[in-house]
Amino acid sequence: MTNFTMPLFSVAVPEIFVLCMACIVLLVDVFVKERFRWVTYALVQLTLVIGFLLTLQQYHDYPQPIVTFSGHYVLDKLAVLTKLFIFVVSFFAFIYANLYIKERRMSRGDYYILGLFAVLGMQVMASAYSFLTIFLGLELSTLPLYAMVAMQKDSRVAIEASMKYFVMGALASGLLLYGISIVYGATGSFEIFGMAGLLQNASSTQQAALLLALVFILAGIIFKFGAVPFHMWVPDVYTGAPTTVTLFIASAPKIAAFAITMRILVEAFPALTSHWQHALIAVSILSMFGGNLLAIAQTNIKRMLAYSSIAHIGYTFLGILAGPVDPQGYSAAMFYIVTYVIVAAGAFAIISILSTHNIELDQLDDYRGLNARSPWLAFMMLLLMFSMAGVPPTVGFFAKLGLLEALVAAHYVWLAALALLFAIVGAYYYLRVVMLMYFEEPKSNLVGTHISVTPSLMAAISINGVAALILGLLPSGLIDLCRISVS
Amino acid sequence: MISLSQFLIVAAILFGLGVAGLIVNRKNIISLLMSVELILLAVNTNFIAFSHFQGNNAGQVFVFFILTVAAAEAAIGLAIMVVLFRKTHTIEVQNLDNLKG
Repeated sequence: MTNFTMPLFSVAVPEIFVLCMACIVLLVDVFVKERFRWVTYALVQLTLVIGFLLTLQQYHDYPQPIVTFSGHYVLDKLAVLTKLFIFVVSFFAFIYANLYIKERRMSRGDYYILGLFAVLGMQVMASAYSFLTIFLGLELSTLPLYAMVAMQKDSRVAIEASMKYFVMGALASGLLLYGISIVYGATGSFEIFGMAGLLQNASSTQQAALLLALVFILAGIIFKFGAVPFHMWVPDVYTGAPTTVTLFIASAPKIAAFAITMRILVEAFPALTSHWQHALIAVSILSMFGGNLLAIAQTNIKRMLAYSSIAHIGYTFLGILAGPVDPQGYSAAMFYIVTYVIVAAGAFAIISILSTHNIELDQLDDYRGLNARSPWLAFMMLLLMFSMAGVPPTVGFFAKLGLLEALVAAHYVWLAALALLFAIVGAYYYLRVVMLMYFEEPKSNLVGTHISVTPSLMAAISINGVAALILGLLPSGLIDLCRISVS
Repeated sequence: MISLSQFLIVAAILFGLGVAGLIVNRKNIISLLMSVELILLAVNTNFIAFSHFQGNNAGQVFVFFILTVAAAEAAIGLAIMVVLFRKTHTIEVQNLDNLKG
């Protein structure tokens, strides 16, 4: 150990801060009296805000990528921007959760603390630069999620969903780890920095071993993302989990998963590009096909959105696979996943807002005539559904447009045509929700029932819904950010 | 002297048993948890074998991390199982069928 150098702790300040705060909040929550429980919530939100500001500062302080902690940690634009998005999305996810979990008497402090640890795991994923940190970040972000799904102890479906999520997640980690062990065996290292160079002049046996490793690692990533053929957990978990937990699972972890996908496929394995491109083509076609088609058959809106998320992940993969030919593909994929996450968070938030008095309003029929009961919420849902379907003034249109452009530029015209076809299939079930809300009468037992929304929830959902519109009208800022992050 | 490939074959068999246990298992959840552990231990075997034959310690360090995470994972899995048992009074896999479609 002669060449040990001190790591640059200053570049990991946001992670260190969130870790310290998570431990402090854990203690505070133990000692605080029942009626001061809001302190936990406030502290967690404060942590996210300060973490956001610290990361924002890093955006200006470190224009060049920095690799430290013996090559396990990187701070570049992708890491910084991914973290910023994660902070914002988690902040909103906790605002939405506040009232929902209070009504359901789920142990309140724990919810936010587990969430904060999950955020820390996602930050580690965003900055991971070796397979070790990728694995640790992944585990740190998913272990709290298993517990959060099971938090509603009196709900049988929630516990069942948690068990399924746990088993599937453990299998995914196992596959990923097995792949990593083969990479280690073939190269003698698991740092991403320098991996690409090592693989350039790999022997044929090394090549074969790495292909095997790639299969396992891809399977692990696809599992975590929830794309076909490893999507079976997604509908069950999204349906069974408490809606605000579904919201959280469907949002921030997807962005973090995108970051590690970029690190592994693009930065570590450029030598195997043609192989993973072919795999991703198959995965994205199957995901778009399976997700969109199965979503049509659903009567439960959470389940419908789960299948729609599978389809959207398929679209994101389209951008990644176009990337090696046309770098615009990467930024298009990043733009797609970020905007999808914003929109999905909003849609699940509306479900959780409407599910008052311990009744889950998760059947499509419950949304009949929503316009008559709450015009503003119906309008927000309209914007979000339009965005998911890709209707022009909303942001979903530009996300899909960017992807198709990148695909055409990368000479995958047939794939672009196929993606367009599936988008049209998908539009059917999104627009069905809009039709139910605006052109149908409310169910008799819901007629005239008052929907009460607290001001903070109303503000959050309004910002979220309007963001889908504003980002659609003025997408250039976010597109530029995505371009910077993957350049 | 045991060769590297023999270690790898053992690890692959363990891994396969673990995956098969997760997929074909119809009995109870404890054996699911055991299968998960088996998968992780197969990976550990792989890492240690590679580490030994390459004279490179990094793989052994990775094993420590995997062991720690596996312990945390088992704790959460068992906790979920206890909650499940309290609610349903059974830990049979085939009773986990409320969610489908």
